[in-house]
Amino acid sequence: MSVSFTVAPLRACRDILKELRAVKGPGYQRSPAYRYVMDQFRHNRITSEKLCRSQQDLLHRASSYLCLLQSTRLHLSLHAEYHGEGSTREKGLGDVARMVGLALPTQPGGKGWE
Amino acid sequence: MLRNVLRLYNSLPVGCCPLITSQTQTRRLLECRRTYSSATSERKKFYQDVSISQGEGGVFEINLDRRKLKTPGGKLFTVPNEALATAVATEWDVQRDTLKFYAMHMTTLCNTALDNPTQRNKDQMIEASLKYLETDTICYRVEEPPGLVQLQKNEWDPVMDWIEKRYNVVIGSSSNIMGPTIPEETKDTFRQHLASYNFWALTGLEYVITQLKSVILSFGLIDQHLTVEKAVQLSRLEEEFQIHHWGNVEWAHEYDLQELRSRTAAGTLFVHLSSESATMKRKLLQDLEFPLPRKPTIKTPLLSKHSHH
Repeated sequence: MSVSFTVAPLRACRDILKELRAVKGPGYQRSPAYRYVMDQFRHNRITSEKLCRSQQDLLHRASSYLCLLQSTRLHLSLHAEYHGEGSTREKGLGDVARMVGLALPTQPGGKGWE
Repeated sequence: MLRNVLRLYNSLPVGCCPLITSQTQTRRLLECRRTYSSATSERKKFYQDVSISQGEGGVFEINLDRRKLKTPGGKLFTVPNEALATAVATEWDVQRDTLKFYAMHMTTLCNTALDNPTQRNKDQMIEASLKYLETDTICYRVEEPPGLVQLQKNEWDPVMDWIEKRYNVVIGSSSNIMGPTIPEETKDTFRQHLASYNFWALTGLEYVITQLKSVILSFGLIDQHLTVEKAVQLSRLEEEFQIHHWGNVEWAHEYDLQELRSRTAAGTLFVHLSSESATMKRKLLQDLEFPLPRKPTIKTPLLSKHSHH
């Protein structure tokens, strides 16, 4: 088998549910996604698969979905931090410069025209 | 008139317009622009509940409160199976206050498959996908710095070996600007393989190829040889090398990484879920050997039978 990931089914399931909870809040157990994910993992455990192919399918899809949930959440939080409302225009010039690791120059003598 | 048409042409999103040749096409483009422009701006969330229901012909629909979701082109939004519907419904369900369409990749992919705004058929999509093979990321090697040369050899060569063995083709890599010459037999093999995918799966696959800038990595992902994270890392190998050397800039590198991961993950999931009917048939045949009490596919109280509104 050339599958290169090592996430166990239990951990994949648990991580997906953690993501769902993080992104949906307290009602996440009532969501269609929660039900579907639990169904998939339960059904795959009960049927004793002669071929491990469907288990690999499920694991890969679970890993992809987990990546989708995590990366979307992180992308949105980075967007809010660096490109969203109040992240640049409402801040002062000094704060924005500090965001990219620069600082405004300090001129001890003051600007020439002041 | 022509100036207005050209202005419209320039403002449409890339990849959306063929050459304007007739009035009907111009009208179609204007309609296309009206409906698609609303998909890019942010809107306030206008619903409370999201649910799935089954419609005519076994397709699934998304309901926002009591209204059925429609595509930007005005068609009823339908997906072929429950898994896809669940993924799309979840995307709509987790929106707060404003709808961030740029983060709803599954919905976008379904819209593209349903509306087909570029009006292409399967063969055209296969050709467009294979065109990326000539400029595949994995095939382009640098000659310096030596650290990057070694990294490319260590990371990309195994994937190249895998695909050449799996599909029994010759691709090869090159370090000159023209790139490798791909033999016609290789392209034919891939063409045949891609023809076995349905239209929806091809939409997803082409999306993954354009994100990763590599046909080989996309095949690796779809054939489950690579995970999404690994495929993205291999696609960004040179950037990772530079980041390792010069440091990571969060507002650029991290942002791009997470965005690429989310798009690639969505595309991969879309391909796998769109090809699901084949897997379902295989599982049904297996279940005949181990008969289980078959659960009905729809059993949530939120579901409602199809009804016109």
